[in-house]
Amino acid sequence: MAGELEIAGLEISYGKTEAVCGINISVPAGNTVCLIGANGAGKTSTMRAISGLLKPRAGRIVLDGADITGMAPHLVAARGLLQVPEGRQIFAELTVAENLALGAWLVDDAAEIARRRDGVLQRFPRLRERLGQLAGLMSGGEQQMLALGRALMGEPKLLLLDEPSMGLAPLFVDEIFAIIETLKREGTTILLVEQNASAALEVADFAYVLENGRIVLEGPAAEVAGDPKVIAAYLGG
Amino acid sequence: MLAQQLVNGVLLGATYSLFALGFTLMFGVLRVINLTYGFYFSAGAFVALWLTKQMGLGIWLALPLGAVAAGVVAVAIDWLLLTRLRWRPTAELDSLMVTLGGVLALYSVMTAWLGPDIRRLPPGLISADALVWGGLRVTMAQLLILGATIVLVSALLALMRFTRLGLAIRAMAEKPDAAGLMGINTARTSALVSFLSGCLAGAGGVLIGLNFNAIQPYMGESMMLRGFVVIIVGGLGDIRGALIAGLALGVIEVLTAGYVASGLKEAVSFAILVAVLWTRPQGLFGRAVVRRA
Ligand SMILES: Nc1ncnc2c1ncn2[C@@H]1O[C@H](COP(=O)(O)OP(=O)(O)O)[C@@H](O)[C@H]1O
Ligand SMILES: [Mg+2]
Repeated sequence: MAGELEIAGLEISYGKTEAVCGINISVPAGNTVCLIGANGAGKTSTMRAISGLLKPRAGRIVLDGADITGMAPHLVAARGLLQVPEGRQIFAELTVAENLALGAWLVDDAAEIARRRDGVLQRFPRLRERLGQLAGLMSGGEQQMLALGRALMGEPKLLLLDEPSMGLAPLFVDEIFAIIETLKREGTTILLVEQNASAALEVADFAYVLENGRIVLEGPAAEVAGDPKVIAAYLGG
Repeated sequence: MLAQQLVNGVLLGATYSLFALGFTLMFGVLRVINLTYGFYFSAGAFVALWLTKQMGLGIWLALPLGAVAAGVVAVAIDWLLLTRLRWRPTAELDSLMVTLGGVLALYSVMTAWLGPDIRRLPPGLISADALVWGGLRVTMAQLLILGATIVLVSALLALMRFTRLGLAIRAMAEKPDAAGLMGINTARTSALVSFLSGCLAGAGGVLIGLNFNAIQPYMGESMMLRGFVVIIVGGLGDIRGALIAGLALGVIEVLTAGYVASGLKEAVSFAILVAVLWTRPQGLFGRAVVRRA
């Protein structure tokens, strides 16, 4: 198993505003770790720094023992770290099939790509009927399925999910979390960012709570879910 | 007479389409306003001039080599001027200013080096024969323009639609960050896009040089207004739109020159630009942000 991530002293700033102020996160191989926090806490900034979309001001990001801090996104992806970004970011003007093909961009072998596509279409049967359709014409839930399917085409060692349930109808939210559960059982290492804290804490092994760029609480997901402050602030208790 | 003008207009417009295709590719994918683009047009024409005059090559070699040379120039200038600006939030304004200064510098260096005079391609470079058919005359140069345009446009469309590189370019045009997350090397793809658009500009320069048999450093500058008209009328990043708008502009210019006054061509181009921006800022053919191939 692989996909072990160690983040130490990560700092991210936009000009003078500091979004993330020196956090440590560790995602052991095979685990599902969630990062919860309010809007603006710095979750997306953290995710973008991990996948190379923005350069952190300080800190180290280590994937399976290799320092990937500041590495270009395509090189990070080539190491098996794949992200489903916030807001899905599917290619709306391309077809569903083309989106999936892009997910397997780093794979050269056509037979292997076909095998993975079959797997993804089995997981997301809805996408099969839509292969030739422009991705932007699908519903939000279907687009999220596509975003997940696209990432799975790359067979991630470490899968980063940034608010996969955002803006989705309850039925789709359940489906998304069922898929995360399945991926977890299959052994994929997952770092999950969510505002839907209860669902995230249910699926995760370990949890971090981020507030204003700082980790204010961490622990096994069950313990974090039982914390009175977490219940009050994030679980609507 | 009118029929002849239409033919001339379409053939002139074909070169505008070529020029604008590179322009729309550069804008649509790289998302910077690169005003040095016209310089690649001049560069292609001068390389072809040098190859035919000094090296004695035929137009069949000078055209592709001029185009490729312009592509290399485009990559170099893009790398030199724009790499550091590209993904900044203020990239559009920054690149506008840097390339506005850059292109003036490039033209003045070129003029200092090669002189401001109009140069002619060697006589006999292309046969002076013309096809005459029912009163219509099409010169060999015009046929070459037509053939080259068809080949280049088909090649570009096929590249965008059917190849891996084309898929990467279309993905990057829409969402550069997401393209990077897929494992696409966006820096390298950007350089390839610069190269392709430089090639198209260069090919346009060689063909216009051939059409009017006049080559001088600032020839690319007057093309820039046409480039803007075509991408604004055709829609930013819209390949088919650029193609149609380029042909239309060629016809309009030839008709203006023939029936109104030759000196008013630029004024008419500008009037079209303003009218379209006022009434249909998304272009005549479509949505605001399309990158259709
Ligand atoms: N591109 C940006 N430019 C400036 N500030 C930003 C940018 N992106 C995020 N921020 C700021 O950084 C902080 C953290 O944002 P973000 O990482 O998106 O939080 P979250 O994903 O937890 O909602 C916020 O205060 C936000 O306003
Ligand atoms: Mg966020």
